[in-house]
Amino acid sequence: MTRIDKRFVELKRQGRAGLVTFITAGDPDYATSLALLRGLPAAGADIIELGMPFSDPMADGPAIQASSQRALKAGQTMRKTLAMVKAFREKDDATPIVLMGYYNPIYVYPVDGFLKDAVAAGVDGLIVVDVPPEEDVELCLPSLKAGLNFIRLATPTTDARRLPQVLANTSGFVYYVSIAGITGTVAPDLADVRAHVGRIKTKTSLPIAVGFGVKAPEQVRAIAEYAQGVVVGSALVSAIARSLDAEGKATRATVTGVLGLVGQLAGGLRQPAAAAAS
Amino acid sequence: MSVIPEQRVPNSYRTGPDERGHFGLYGGRFVAETLMPLVLELEQAYADARADPSFQVELDDLLAHYGGRPSPLYFAERLTEHLREVSAASGRQGGAKIYFKRDELNHTGSHKINNCLGQIQLARRMGKKRIIAETGAGQHGVAVATVAARFGLPCVVYMGATDIKRQRPNVFRMKLLGAEVRPVTSGSGTLKDAMNDALRDWVANVHDTFYIIGTVAGPHPYPAMVRDFQSVIGRETREQMIEREGRLPDTLVACIGGGSNAMGLFHTFLDDRAVAIYGVEAAGYGLDVPNGHAASMSGGAPGVLHGNRTYLLQNDDGQILEGHSISAGLDYPGVGPEHSWLKDSGRVNYVAVTDKEALDAFQLCTRLEGIIPALEPAHALAYVKKLAPTLPRDNLLVMNLCGRGDKDIFAVAEHLHMEM
Repeated sequence: MTRIDKRFVELKRQGRAGLVTFITAGDPDYATSLALLRGLPAAGADIIELGMPFSDPMADGPAIQASSQRALKAGQTMRKTLAMVKAFREKDDATPIVLMGYYNPIYVYPVDGFLKDAVAAGVDGLIVVDVPPEEDVELCLPSLKAGLNFIRLATPTTDARRLPQVLANTSGFVYYVSIAGITGTVAPDLADVRAHVGRIKTKTSLPIAVGFGVKAPEQVRAIAEYAQGVVVGSALVSAIARSLDAEGKATRATVTGVLGLVGQLAGGLRQPAAAAAS
Repeated sequence: MSVIPEQRVPNSYRTGPDERGHFGLYGGRFVAETLMPLVLELEQAYADARADPSFQVELDDLLAHYGGRPSPLYFAERLTEHLREVSAASGRQGGAKIYFKRDELNHTGSHKINNCLGQIQLARRMGKKRIIAETGAGQHGVAVATVAARFGLPCVVYMGATDIKRQRPNVFRMKLLGAEVRPVTSGSGTLKDAMNDALRDWVANVHDTFYIIGTVAGPHPYPAMVRDFQSVIGRETREQMIEREGRLPDTLVACIGGGSNAMGLFHTFLDDRAVAIYGVEAAGYGLDVPNGHAASMSGGAPGVLHGNRTYLLQNDDGQILEGHSISAGLDYPGVGPEHSWLKDSGRVNYVAVTDKEALDAFQLCTRLEGIIPALEPAHALAYVKKLAPTLPRDNLLVMNLCGRGDKDIFAVAEHLHMEM
């Protein structure tokens, strides 16, 4: 069992869905990003997605594109991202970390060395947006062999015929992309999402996390009724952006502001819905 | 991972890609899951269209009567004479016989129309209602806007904000044709960023939108499909040369950005081993200037971007570099995957020329032949200037003059410090 598997078992025992938080490694700078990362579990994050910055994030909206640019400008590299995970692991051996991003920085690392270093650093899983099942031999199969979870995205365009192929080598959890679009843009139609998640549940026993376009505590609560995880990303990196000074540097509000927002989002998952309504 | 041993000479260079869209190590389908079903649908639709004779008949009719094909194969007599004098001055008696494949005479002024007519026919077959595209120099954008107008489909063209500034005439042409030109400010505001935004649009509008990619790159089946639509250039060249000279050409030269005009000329000749083939990349300020060129094969490394594995301009961390070229149509940090494969296999020689060499060739062509070339084929011409004097006089050389230079006059005037 990976930390991800264990965490979902624990969430099930608690009878609630998990909050999956996304931040980009190195945004707005290494030290602030590490402080954020270290603060996330106490603020209420159950699983952490750590973005590997890339110059050309084609599946991401403006908020995460800007976040990637800030990190790269501050000198973030893949080696630093792995170092950040290692530093986090010194103090937290339970919270799962999933690295999320695009294939090229992994490909040039190269793949074998990356997987070895990622496992050594304490990474639990990978989400690599631009490696579909058709290219499984590239990264998915080597990742599974290295002992990492490979988390695949299912989308509104993944039809019944294609779903088994998407699920085949997926492990850890299934990430359901709630909109046909890029991250953090339009709000998902929650009834639609529920139907899709229900459909996927009939085909897999893996937990399902829902993301892309989830921003508000009430969306988080609504999705938590039928999914095992809710992913929030653009809202958090937007909070980072808002907290920066005129030169784009972190302020005292950066870490507290973002962790405060995580706390609000997590709150909705940790109390019974009836109590939240009253 | 299947890597074709570089030393082994394949039986044919013309059989790629395999069923997964791979040209040896290169190509593939590296796209987000949302796009994957669309890419597969497109592959099927294209296979169906190819099997339907009426598709090619309709396309040929459009190419002839709307596009203006076949384009002439023109003997560039004064350029040939000039380079023979250069050869003689250096003590050789060489100087190849130079022909231009005049694809700048096509409707819209470049080879881009060949591919756009093919793809819009496919979009209509698939019942798509909206067209999107990316453009760098604007030649592809103009061609897309043109075919969208011709078939009455709404059209959005993504263009980098930097390119919008340096290619104003083409921006205005697209607007006149009814296209919406969306400026892209993310990244460096050039072609790669325009392609990112077009992919983002496609992901968000999967139900009704057809993405007309302008070069032999992107996820399978685009590299093969665009190549097939552009291969009319090489097929005509073969026939025309046999008619004029009674034999095949000896040497082919074309410029390479993404590589569509080059692949269009080269592909037909890949198995004619006696034909020497040269692809000319943009060396910008020079290959030794960090991030100062756009020569992804001469100065880059294999990587994955925009749906395919290919040579890319990138740093050690796998971040894509912007690249530089005087020509907006060449400063793309990647290149079509089939070119990457042809480079590794050694079948095609990839070389590079600088901004300055291209500008000099631009002026030479204008004065000697009365043809204002686009800055893109001016790169090919710059290499012809170096190569032709070293070849024997009976060497038949074809250069693809893939675009006309009207769009570039403002940029050239600036570089030459000339008043317009």
